[in-house]
Amino acid sequence: MNKGALLSGRFNEGTLELVAGGSWTAVHAGELEELIDQWLARTGAENGESGPSPARQVRVDLGRVDEFDTYGAWLLERLRRSLRAREMEMHITGLPGHERELLQTMHNVNQPMPTEGAPGHSPVRMIRNAMQTVGRAMSGIGADLRSFNAMLGTLSAAFVRILLQPRRFRLTSAVHQLDRVGWRAVPIILLITFLIGAIIAQQGFFHFRKFGADIYVVDMVGILVLRELGVLLVAIMVAGRSGSAFTAELGSMKMREEIDALKTMGFDPVEVLILPRVLVLIVALPMLTFLGSMAALYGGGLVAWLYGGMDPDIYIERLKEAINLTHFKVGLIKAPFMGAVIGVLACMEGLKVRGSAASLGQQTTRSVVKSIFMVIVLDGLFAMFFAAIGM
Amino acid sequence: MSSNIIMRTRDLSAGFGDHLVLNGLSLDVRRGEILGVVGGSGAGKSVLMRTILGLLPKRSGHIEIFGEDLDEIDDERHQTIERRLGIMFQQGALFSSLTVLQNIQFQMRENLHISQRLADEMAVSKLEMVGLQADDGAKQPSELSGGMTKRVALARALALDPEFLFLDEPTSGLDPISAGEFDDLIRTLQKTLGLSVFMITHDLESLYAITDRIAVLADGRVVLTGALEDMLKSDHPWVKSYFQGKRSGGIAARLERQKQRS
Ligand SMILES: Nc1ncnc2c1ncn2[C@@H]1O[C@H](COP(=O)(O)OP(=O)(O)O)[C@@H](O)[C@H]1O
Ligand SMILES: [Mg+2]
Repeated sequence: MNKGALLSGRFNEGTLELVAGGSWTAVHAGELEELIDQWLARTGAENGESGPSPARQVRVDLGRVDEFDTYGAWLLERLRRSLRAREMEMHITGLPGHERELLQTMHNVNQPMPTEGAPGHSPVRMIRNAMQTVGRAMSGIGADLRSFNAMLGTLSAAFVRILLQPRRFRLTSAVHQLDRVGWRAVPIILLITFLIGAIIAQQGFFHFRKFGADIYVVDMVGILVLRELGVLLVAIMVAGRSGSAFTAELGSMKMREEIDALKTMGFDPVEVLILPRVLVLIVALPMLTFLGSMAALYGGGLVAWLYGGMDPDIYIERLKEAINLTHFKVGLIKAPFMGAVIGVLACMEGLKVRGSAASLGQQTTRSVVKSIFMVIVLDGLFAMFFAAIGM
Repeated sequence: MSSNIIMRTRDLSAGFGDHLVLNGLSLDVRRGEILGVVGGSGAGKSVLMRTILGLLPKRSGHIEIFGEDLDEIDDERHQTIERRLGIMFQQGALFSSLTVLQNIQFQMRENLHISQRLADEMAVSKLEMVGLQADDGAKQPSELSGGMTKRVALARALALDPEFLFLDEPTSGLDPISAGEFDDLIRTLQKTLGLSVFMITHDLESLYAITDRIAVLADGRVVLTGALEDMLKSDHPWVKSYFQGKRSGGIAARLERQKQRS
């Protein structure tokens, strides 16, 4: 269909006569909008210009329109309103009864034009926005710390209640969680720590060999893995794997009002949902750390044998000399604390989910990022502490 | 396309695994009517709608919409047809990350080349046509009440001025007064916009108030179609217990009285 068929017109002694035709429907709304705006602009042409004389009224003949929907009706209504604003009359002819009803409907809607606040891009405003963002982020950190403490408090209270009445503990739920976050994580944790142990050993041999210090590779692998890497790797893996799952679970329960339902039935969501999860992480993390450290030492040994040409007996012998129980304890002592931080953060973020799916995704991301950050901060604090007490 | 049948299904079968939900179902929807689809819970009403819309694969049978067999047309034709359908899902299915206005404009942006101003005005018009206010447009779906969610879902279904509207239990979960208002709304819109409507419902009041014809779904097929009077005459056990049972609110008696008056 050509454009002219939709709307054509001519000026006739102060009257603009428009003839509409074809489909005045959603599909053609874009073209119609343009055409109408063009004609509207021409009615406003100044006296004395070369263009046609300005019209005092507009006549629209809809006799040739074969399809008409709310888009067409609204465009017509909009034309009427624009003309009225210029103190011009609009007369419509050739409109069948059924379409008249539609036009009437559109006449009643949109009465005060929707006004949008202008967004504005002035530099002052941009600076102010940037400052606001920073300010909000800072006060956000404070609020996070406060709510973290509050959650720790509630959890401790729930824990004490459970200690007084051990039968209230959700043992099945806890065992189920332990299976999920502990047992099922074993393969991937073993694999990753094994690989990291192997990589460290390989790098060690490659560089230490230049000084003929091959044997110290074992010291490095042993101490690094037991004190730092084992627990850090495991904590980061668990934060990504189980922390995100906790947030998503609690978040979707929050979205579907399941948590409210629990509350109204007289259950404490902290006791039923959060405590088992946090306790399970506290238990699972040392176990996984132990397994992970062993896998890393094994990986290191394998590389020492195959790449460094070091006999396994020598590797083990050297390991015995290089490490002692203290290194082992340093790693394992940190693990439960990291488990607790991951669990509490994950559950807290889950409870902050609001109605939308986007918010669920956002909280899950936040939970993982914050957990990993806190795990590293905690590790630093522990390093300072152990250095101070000479461990 | 001279026929006045807007949608036709023949011998439609669909199911999950070895559970056949629809089993040789045939149904017509006439142009300009409101067809009410009833059936027990789990009878397959939603499955029927989803199969017609191509959201579930059919095992066998034919579906014709606007006189075109959906199996025999290419993707482009398919899209043109889809643009002429409006769909309102049982739970509303509003996009939770978009505002009400953005929800309504979603299809406009994709399909129409119109200015932002016209899109805004059209979205507000639709919102007002379903009985909401312009300033509800800025709300997030999570801030809406149940009735408002349904209205926004309807407004979104009407965004492109469809010819054929699918409604899955539009009044379920509403109180009787809101449900009544919603029924009136659907009727008014159907008249002004000249729509054909396929409406799944549980609500006898809606059936009584606004449907032109009723189709009863049982055992995977349509066991009966006709006006409310035909339902009351039927001997089918489910139809009987539904339309004449305790919860039917005396529809039969009401219909009788109405007939005597006229
Ligand atoms: N995604 C699905 N997977 C398996 N079975 C389904 C699925 N959706 C629906 N069903 C089954 O199909 C049948 C019809 O369901 P549905 O059409 O939703 O019922 P209703 O008539 O109440 O809308 C039910 O028996 C239901 O269990
Ligand atoms: Mg259903």
